[in-house]
Amino acid sequence: MSDSLLAAERISCERDDRLLFANLSFDVKAGDVLQLEGPNGAGKTTLLRILSGLFHSYDGKILWRGENIQRCRAEFESDLLFLGHKSAVTATLTPLENLRFLMGLHQQVGESELLLALEKVGLAGYEYVPCRNLSAGQHRRVALARLYLSKARFWVLDEIFTAIDKAGVAQFEALLADKAKSGVAIVLTTHHQLAMQSVRKLTLGQVSYV
Amino acid sequence: MSDSLISTLDEGRSEPDHLRQDLWSVLKGMLAREFLIALRRRQELVNPLVFFVIVIVLFPLGVSPDPGFLKAASAGVVWVAALLATMLSLDRLFQGDYEDGALEQTVLCAQPLYLLVLTKNLVHWSLTGLPLIVLSPFLAVMMNLESEHIPVMILTLVIGTPVISLMGGIGAALTVSLRSGGVLISLLVLPLTIPVLIFGTGTIQASIDGLPIGGHLAIMGAMLALALTLSPFATSAALKMSVSN
Repeated sequence: MSDSLLAAERISCERDDRLLFANLSFDVKAGDVLQLEGPNGAGKTTLLRILSGLFHSYDGKILWRGENIQRCRAEFESDLLFLGHKSAVTATLTPLENLRFLMGLHQQVGESELLLALEKVGLAGYEYVPCRNLSAGQHRRVALARLYLSKARFWVLDEIFTAIDKAGVAQFEALLADKAKSGVAIVLTTHHQLAMQSVRKLTLGQVSYV
Repeated sequence: MSDSLISTLDEGRSEPDHLRQDLWSVLKGMLAREFLIALRRRQELVNPLVFFVIVIVLFPLGVSPDPGFLKAASAGVVWVAALLATMLSLDRLFQGDYEDGALEQTVLCAQPLYLLVLTKNLVHWSLTGLPLIVLSPFLAVMMNLESEHIPVMILTLVIGTPVISLMGGIGAALTVSLRSGGVLISLLVLPLTIPVLIFGTGTIQASIDGLPIGGHLAIMGAMLALALTLSPFATSAALKMSVSN
């Protein structure tokens, strides 16, 4: 258990009188890619929000390196990268300003690194255009630029490929595989067929009692 | 705070410490972003100010232009208008961040949320409270307040408007996930601001009556100290609750 970064112990969650999952236990080690599967409304997003400490109405324990995440929030959060449904990209700011703020919450990043990351996600030439003038896919790419810069060791990615074109999906998948190899633990949901090798899958939607 | 202390003492961290963002840089980044967003939405900055001016102008037009009445009403009218104008500006405080998801990212920042909230409060006050204070002497003259009392009025607003901003932040955080939060903020927060209003207008009135104002100001200062130290905690707790829905 010592090499497990995050462990969920007997997690149960009920929303609107519906049991989403019960007694769910799993752990995520460095280098793991765990994909949550299940039909719409199965509780994938809820589980991701529980894992990142945004949602608190659940039973059970989430341990970060053996310690309850409620008790080691600062340490956990400095190692967490959360990309949710909402991209956190502000429409009135430019991609560069958005990325500078979002990265600045967690780590020191130089201006040239920010520009390089934006170039890598295909936003070269759009650095100084307000995000409200960008397309939905470009919007998403601003958020995804964080994947190139983040030094966090635990990534929670919720439907990050929405509105991204095929070539883009392949590019970001390769990046995820790369990062996993270097020891980042990734938990994600996506409706895309992942080409990545060695993805562990966790299917929600059928309540199973362990 | 003990959490961050433990984490810096923890030798098991494989991530070098210089890569982690320090508190000051996070706050500076937040400050820069808030001012940028505010300046790109100038219309929203001007609205409360225009509202402030119009409400005050309505009194001589609608009630009575008699100098005696205006003088007696001046302290109360300026203060009530400042209070309402601040309320008007509050519903956007966290709304944008909530809608685009930046609020989630702020909540998940490893630095203490109450300091980030305090930074937002500071920006909000400097862009709504401060301009109101700058405008207030002109309106006070229109309300026939004698010039020797104007510095007192400015002083009460300097102490009082931050209190309103800070308390309003709690209401804004509680209602951020609701559709029609704007009215609800006023309903929640206005009753709580009554003490500030009473002492704000009371100080000016005491000055007009030639009474000492030191005691009034001390109580207002105590309110500001209380609001500064307690409301960011309440606001950040409310934000965490709103985000978790």
